[in-house]
This record gives sequence, structure tokens and C-alpha cells, in this order.
Amino acid sequence: MKYQVVIGLEVHVQLLTNTKIFCGCSTRFGSEPNSQTCPVCLGLPGALPVLNKKVVEFAIRAGLATNCSITPRSTFARKNYFYPDLPKGYQISQFDLPICVGGRLDIEVDGETKPIGITRIHMEEDAGKLVHLDTMEAGEKSYVDLNRACTPLLEVVSEPDMRSADEAVAYLKKLHQIVTYLGICDGNMEEGSFRCDANVSLMPVGSDTFGTRAELKNINSFRFVKQAIEYEIERQADILDEGGKVVQETRLFDPASGATRSMRGKEEAHDYRYFPDPDLVPIVVDAEWIEAVRKALPELPDAKRTRYQDELGLPEYDAEVLAASRDIADYFDACVALYPQAKPVSNWVMGELLRALKEDNREIADCPVTPGLLTEMLKLVENGTISGKIAKTVFDEMYKTGKDPAKIVEEKGLVQVSDSGAIEKIIDEILAADPDKVADYRGGKEKLFGFFVGQIMKASKGKANPALVNEILLAKLKG
Amino acid sequence: MKITRKEVEHVARLARLELTEEEKELFTGQLDGILAYVDKLNELNTDGIVPTSHAVPMENAFRDDLVLPSIGIENALANAPDRSENFFRVPKVIE
Repeated sequence: MKYQVVIGLEVHVQLLTNTKIFCGCSTRFGSEPNSQTCPVCLGLPGALPVLNKKVVEFAIRAGLATNCSITPRSTFARKNYFYPDLPKGYQISQFDLPICVGGRLDIEVDGETKPIGITRIHMEEDAGKLVHLDTMEAGEKSYVDLNRACTPLLEVVSEPDMRSADEAVAYLKKLHQIVTYLGICDGNMEEGSFRCDANVSLMPVGSDTFGTRAELKNINSFRFVKQAIEYEIERQADILDEGGKVVQETRLFDPASGATRSMRGKEEAHDYRYFPDPDLVPIVVDAEWIEAVRKALPELPDAKRTRYQDELGLPEYDAEVLAASRDIADYFDACVALYPQAKPVSNWVMGELLRALKEDNREIADCPVTPGLLTEMLKLVENGTISGKIAKTVFDEMYKTGKDPAKIVEEKGLVQVSDSGAIEKIIDEILAADPDKVADYRGGKEKLFGFFVGQIMKASKGKANPALVNEILLAKLKG
Repeated sequence: MKITRKEVEHVARLARLELTEEEKELFTGQLDGILAYVDKLNELNTDGIVPTSHAVPMENAFRDDLVLPSIGIENALANAPDRSENFFRVPKVIE
């Protein structure tokens, strides 16, 4: 039978705050185990949580950027379960009154735009980390590090609106782009700052009744999301084809095998017994607060892409690449502010600059060639001081040394030769050195033109003005 | 009856409590009495009243996002029944 897959995603977004959601402990990654803990995040009796205001502000940002309504009065609830990484025996989360509800993200797949509903966004605390180290005594023990306990998270729950693994990946990438643009998450999937669970079910094509779903965990890269969902589609289709029933369960994705497997010991239906947390008072967000956050929102990727195309006249591809990350877009915007010619700037940023950074494995924020230096160089090209070819040499030197382009041009003697007398002299020498080829050219082998240009540029050490070379050479060959 | 013995067993299991047969009997009776007593509230007409999440009329108690000193690894682990290096050590959990 033919099946239609139905996918909903739950994404955990770790917020870029300095401190935890309910206490002043640092959220820094990679510190000594249990060094960033206090009575609140250790769950010691009598310790009282106090909400980090920044977490609410970040949640409102996320809600506004994903077209959600902000709940005027929302509350925290306790989600009760036992696990060694959860010291209190409950997780403080939100249940019936989450901070944001009813949003939407538009994704593009195969040139089509499709809206994906966002059911809710709620604030919650993360659990600690269980460690199983090979170096420690094998077998019978687990080790608990509570540095991560109480780290602020947003859980973004989508509607089951996605109908292919590609749509799920597009949604995830879009959400990732938005939270990193908003500056509320570092987006680091390897370190777990952006984690995804996928609910996947199948129904016969043409049906509108959803099948039983499996929840996939541990899919911490865009590639794994695609792999895990595609594997799960096949697995469930096989079961259904054989007349079997899909079991509602949590399944763990194994990146090594590309398969999902049932997580044992979780058969018992969850019974979290949510109730309002009496230690945390309700959060009231008024229109004024919402407006203040809205005003401070950065330009978001969709708006940027549109502006790059409509106002700056860039091709769709350029707009896509430049708006892909906020750092690149910020760099590009800074350049265009200094040198308002979008296309040459775009060519250099997408070309030499991103290539150099990639080879170097460096972030654009640490780029030695600042927007100021890059645009100074472009001005030198524009006013004819250097050729576009020499500019590449200047760029490499700027990238290495961070020196001013005018200084590099001066020190290295890279000024373009636009003196037609000097160029003429070089051309004469080249043509005189190879009378046979000149005769061949005149006899119809016009391809040789490029050969002569190459020789001339070489003789001038790349400094001859290419337009002038073409002009004079053509005239001379015509004789 | 407001609560069954089966529900008491379920709640005990969720709370990781091991009850004897006598205790199950005793608590079922006691909890049933408590629930019957609280059930009196259901006699009130609460149409149009927003559910109360907190008894104190207070909202928006926030702190600023400023790092405060943590208590230190030794203090954090001081009450741990078992530890190894700087970790809490617990019976193996498999997922």
C-alpha cells in the first residue's frame, strides 16, 4: 500500500543566558562536573527558584518571530517523574498556560512555500547529564553532572503538518536560523543547544486519520533527522504491509547504523501529574512589554532575503547565501553601508571571503578583513588603482596581515599600469618575440588572442590594466 | 468510593513507595475519606471563575541574568550517598 507520512517536531532550544533559569549559577559549557551548582539546581529541600527575566524576554522574542500569540498570563507547572539526572523528582515546565501559542513558520521545499503550524512554545528547565565513561569502573554505575540542570530551554512544538523528511529538515533549518538570528541560542547541535525529537506516523494515501506514531530521539543533526525519519517511514510501512500494528513508543536513533530502536524500560505510560508550581508566581506579559521586545527584534532572515533582492537588486542565490546566517548578513550589511554597491560586495563576500574563512575554519566575526578593509579595497578597484585580478592578491595579503589595502598596494608596488605608452611598449616586445604566432593569428587563429594577453599580463606582473591591454593589443594585431 | 485500591497502588508505584497489603488497605480508606471531605468544594458553583493556580495574589517575581557564585563541588557533593571524582554516583541507568 502507499502511505503518507505525518511528522510533527518538538525542538528544545537552549537559551543563551548567562545564568540558569531559576538560580544565579553560570550556564557555561564544559566546566568541571558539578562546579556550577547551588541548592536550587541541586534540588535541596527548602531552596526556592526565582525566574530569570531574560528567559521570558527570549521566549517572547521567539514567539513574535514565529507569529505566535503571547499568553497574557502564563504559569509554571511541575512535571513529576524520577530519573537520576532530575534532582527534585520533577521538572519545572509549563503545561496548560505556555508563554506562546498558535504560531506559524513558512518553509520552502522544491520552490513551494508551505506554512507549518506551531502549537506552542514553553519555558522549562533542562535536566542534568548522565555520564558513562569507559575510564571509570565499568558496568554497574552511572555518573551524574548537574551543571546542566536548570539550564533554560524553550520547547517549540509544531503541529503535525510536515509530510516528508525534507519538509521536516526545512522546518528545522528555518527554526534554527531564526533562533540564532534572534541571538537567543548559539545553535550548536553537537553540544546539544538545539535538539530535536520527531513524531512520525503513517496513514494510507488519501486518508485523513493519523496512524499510531513513534517518537524519535537523539537526532542531533539535520542529516540525522532526514535519515531517522526515512528509516522510520520504511520500518512502519513494512509493519503495516504485513498487517501488523505500529506500537506507540519512544525510539532512539543510532547514527552508526542509521536505524531507530525501541527504548526499553519506557513501556509504562507516562503519568506526569502536572500541577501548578506553588514556588513560582504567574508571569504577566502586558502589551507594553511585548512592544518593547518587538521593537528590539533584528531583521529576520525572510525579510533580509526579500530586501536583498528587491532593494539591493541581488540575485536570489546571493540573497539566500548572505541571509543564511546572521553573522554573514551583518558583515554584508556593514560593507554595503560603507560602499553601496551590493553586487561587487556580494561577489567578494560569497567568493574569496567565505572561501578563505572555510579553509581556515574561522568564523566571519573573527575575520581579519573587516568590512572597512574590504570596502576600501573595492574602492581601489573601482577607481582603477588596482585591477580585479590584483585585488585577489591584495585580499590574500589583507587576510594574512589585516593591513590597510592602500598600504599593501604601495608596499608591494601593485598599482595598475594604465599608462598606454608603457602598455604599448610591453605589447610590442611580446609581439616581436613571437612573429610566427602573430602571423598565425592574422591568418585566422583568433584563439591566440588569449595567449598574447596572458604573456602581456605576465610580463607586467599582472599590473597592466586589462581593458587597455585588450584595446591596444587588438589594434596592434589588426595592424 | 472516591478512590480504589488499584489507584492507590498506581500512585504508590509512581512515588516509588512499597506498601504492604495492610498499608494499601489503610491508605485506600484514609485517602477516600480525605477526597470525600474535599469533594464538598464541588458543591460550590464556580461558573466563570478562573482556576486558581496560586493562593497569593502576586505575579512577575524576577531576577536579573547575573551570575552568582556557586557553592563549589565539595559542598555540592557533601550529602551525596556515593560519589566518584566530582560526579554523583548512582546505580547504572540504561536507556
